[in-house]
Amino acid sequence: MKRIKISPPVAALFLAIVLFLLSGLLPNSYGSDVKIAISQATNIVRLAVFLGVIAAGQTLVIISGFEGIDLSAGSVVTLTAIVTYVYVNGADEKVFVALLLSLAVGAVIGLLNGAGITFLKISPFVMTLGMSGVVTGIVIILNHGNVSGKVAPIMTRLIARPISPDIPIPGAIVIWVIFGILMWLLLERTSFGKYLFAIGVNRVTAKLSGVNVTGMNLATYALAGALAGFGGFLVVGNTGVVLISLGQPFLFPSIAAVAVGGTLLSGGKGSYWGSMAGAILLTLMTSLLTTMQMPESVRRMVLGATLLVLISIYGRQRALRQ
Amino acid sequence: MKRFTWNKLTSRYPALFALTLLVLSVLINVILQPNMFARDTLNSNMRVFLPMVILAAGQAIVILGGGIDISVGGIVSIINTILATRVGLEGSAETMWQYVAISLLIGILAGAINGFFVAYLRLQPIITTYATSFLFAGVALFILPNPGGGIPTSISEFYRSSIPLGLPLAFYVIAIILLVWGFLRSTRYGNFLFAVGGKAQAAYETAVPVTTIQFSTYVISGLMAAISGIAITMLSGSGNAESGSAMTLNSITAVVIGGTALSGGVGGVAGPMLGAITLGFIQNIISFAHIDTWWETFAKASIIVAALAIPGVINLFRRRRP
Repeated sequence: MKRIKISPPVAALFLAIVLFLLSGLLPNSYGSDVKIAISQATNIVRLAVFLGVIAAGQTLVIISGFEGIDLSAGSVVTLTAIVTYVYVNGADEKVFVALLLSLAVGAVIGLLNGAGITFLKISPFVMTLGMSGVVTGIVIILNHGNVSGKVAPIMTRLIARPISPDIPIPGAIVIWVIFGILMWLLLERTSFGKYLFAIGVNRVTAKLSGVNVTGMNLATYALAGALAGFGGFLVVGNTGVVLISLGQPFLFPSIAAVAVGGTLLSGGKGSYWGSMAGAILLTLMTSLLTTMQMPESVRRMVLGATLLVLISIYGRQRALRQ
Repeated sequence: MKRFTWNKLTSRYPALFALTLLVLSVLINVILQPNMFARDTLNSNMRVFLPMVILAAGQAIVILGGGIDISVGGIVSIINTILATRVGLEGSAETMWQYVAISLLIGILAGAINGFFVAYLRLQPIITTYATSFLFAGVALFILPNPGGGIPTSISEFYRSSIPLGLPLAFYVIAIILLVWGFLRSTRYGNFLFAVGGKAQAAYETAVPVTTIQFSTYVISGLMAAISGIAITMLSGSGNAESGSAMTLNSITAVVIGGTALSGGVGGVAGPMLGAITLGFIQNIISFAHIDTWWETFAKASIIVAALAIPGVINLFRRRRP
């Protein structure tokens, strides 16, 4: 009998839809009101945007292989959110520069990660975890107890509100769709994408086939940092306030989202569509746990167990006995 | 010529680097704290360093065997919260020792969970223990949502100020660990451990029980994390679900500056334990320097990253030389 193969992104999306339909049975949920159900679904996708954008950088470093991972993403989100918040200070005309600033700050941190990993041979996990501490340190210095600033009205208008009164689709979702197409182009239609998968499968053969592995590694981590920076910009545009722990809650789910989407955590195989589906599924799970009034501890346990189950399905290494 | 000898020395005695760094940091400490070798000061330093020394020893075993254990901090937190909630400030010494025994079992169980997924299901160690670290942190938070609880003062007093035969308690614990390690190294288990860490495939082909060895390293690491959790609870006398979260990266850093390679199969346990003591002295220096509180996180994290970078920097210079 032939086994039916469902691709992980489709499976994740399917699971999300089933979970959402089942959640209607919860006592304090939408019940049988279709209108409320649709608005709730839209809201969950809107919330998934932020996780999805942060998971984009994570997708890239994980595809690049060699145990690639970016644990500094959470603290970078906090940092660029604060930078944006303080720099913009309510002025619409400063938003574009703030966006560039967020990307640049993220890219510099990512480049440092890449340099440590490539030149000093520090394992990505340890390097980015260390960097996360350093960035948190910078956040504490900048924050100094409290920061004064304000997001610009145009950011709230573009990110948090629906695109027009007649079409109830939040701007964030539109941004995400465009972003997703760009990510797809990057991964599937550029030489960067081709090389990224190549170094993820096997660094030695990639190098022998003329791929600049060092340069690719640096570029991947820098890009991942920049994408996390973009995530910070979006998050602050949505929340409108900054907290010292703004970004950290996104970190673990961003890795889990990539895993849900079927991207191999050992590298070389994956897609951003998968991470998008994963982001939606994980956001739905977290919001369901919140609706069911589960404490933070239970949410952590569920997330940890989810990742464990996922890597048990997708992440088995070769057996010792061939 | 002279440098060549240094290279040879560091490759033969991996702990030499940690020792040099230790001597340096002790010297600076002596300048800042002239009475450092007085019995009370020595004791107060060692009792603070001990939990990390124990944790680093366990981490070193896993890393020697070719793995890594990100979940040790989570296990420390679980043990800390269990002791603080189940024994309580008014508890008797008997309940305390009962729960110490239970804690050791829990540590072994947690390690066995890690070992099962990594060794038997053949999942990637980093991502697996990262997932379980989230799971364990959730369990700790579930047991004790808000900091509090405690153990009888008589017990923490015993840990803090007992100096049998004039030497701090910590010395005896360290001596026991070193003795056990010295014994293990000389047995077949020790040889197997280095073989598995060096190249698991080759070890498997020469009939080394790779799976069992890998499994055992996680069990040992879980047990050591439990002992570390007991020590930290006796030190602080209170419970906090976040007590272990910062300890994971420090334990890995201690292993790295202790001259044990993260790639596995090279190094020992004495070096990482020295590394943990060195880290403790370096953190002492930071607190003596009376820097602004806002800068403390940044300073500590930067030193961790710098310490992680040192072996890489040394290698970089080595390769440059003809």
